[in-house]
Amino acid sequence: MTKTLRILALLLALAAAGTWVATGGNRGWTKTSVPVKTVDEITGIEAVSYEQRFLPGLEFLGAALLGASLLAGASFLFHNKQNTN
Amino acid sequence: MTTKIITLLTFTTLTGAALAAPQSFDFKDPKGVNNAVFKLDAPLEAINGSANGISGTVTFDPANPAATKGKIVVTAASLHVPNPMMKEHLHGEQWLDVAKHQEITFEAKSLSNVKTTGDTATADVSGTLTIKGVAKQVTAPVKFTYLKDKLAARTNGQMQGDLLVIRANFGVKRSDFGINPKAPEDKVADSIELTLSIAGASPR
Repeated sequence: MTKTLRILALLLALAAAGTWVATGGNRGWTKTSVPVKTVDEITGIEAVSYEQRFLPGLEFLGAALLGASLLAGASFLFHNKQNTN
Repeated sequence: MTTKIITLLTFTTLTGAALAAPQSFDFKDPKGVNNAVFKLDAPLEAINGSANGISGTVTFDPANPAATKGKIVVTAASLHVPNPMMKEHLHGEQWLDVAKHQEITFEAKSLSNVKTTGDTATADVSGTLTIKGVAKQVTAPVKFTYLKDKLAARTNGQMQGDLLVIRANFGVKRSDFGINPKAPEDKVADSIELTLSIAGASPR
């Protein structure tokens, strides 16, 4: 059980960090849409439209790392309980 | 012969008057290109977004840009930021209260410092900006670009007419319009930078 919790914690931390880095390492809040700019040929106006895309932010990474820490912490509690028995 | 000359003179005068007359430009853009970008840059957090629900009418005379009048309307609910929770707050009661105040408007009253170069005119436009039901007098530097006969190119030949491109970049204070007045300024900047890029059509 201890080992399972620690492996889960490690996987969660790696998956969150990997996703965050792979999507560009957004240092702001999580975004569910990103601006796409195009230039109108006739008027020269730079138009802004939004493309639906999930871009995890720092709070996503923080929440995942916190979850991983809790899992790892729980594994120690479990370990201690087994030792006292 | 005299009748022909009078007819020709009348035609020439009327045509000349028609060409010099102020034109009405409709800023409802079916292509969805028109946009207003807003930026709030606080020390701890930056908020960037845009709005594309733009409509309104501007009367512009290429021969006399100083006489420009008009009103631009932005649908408040069209304001968008990439974070969904931030967008919910932006539309909410504390911020813009879009359910109650559905429109952000700017009504141009007068122009000063008008400078014309070819098809382009720059001026300081004074008028009334209304956000969240609060009306304030503001003056913004504006650039007008008159694109004669360019409407056809934009509508694949379906309509003939002219285009007017308006660009403006100016700032307003969040506190002046009662937008989330309790928000700390290190997180939400009081200064809002606005960039307007819009094109209106005057069909013939």
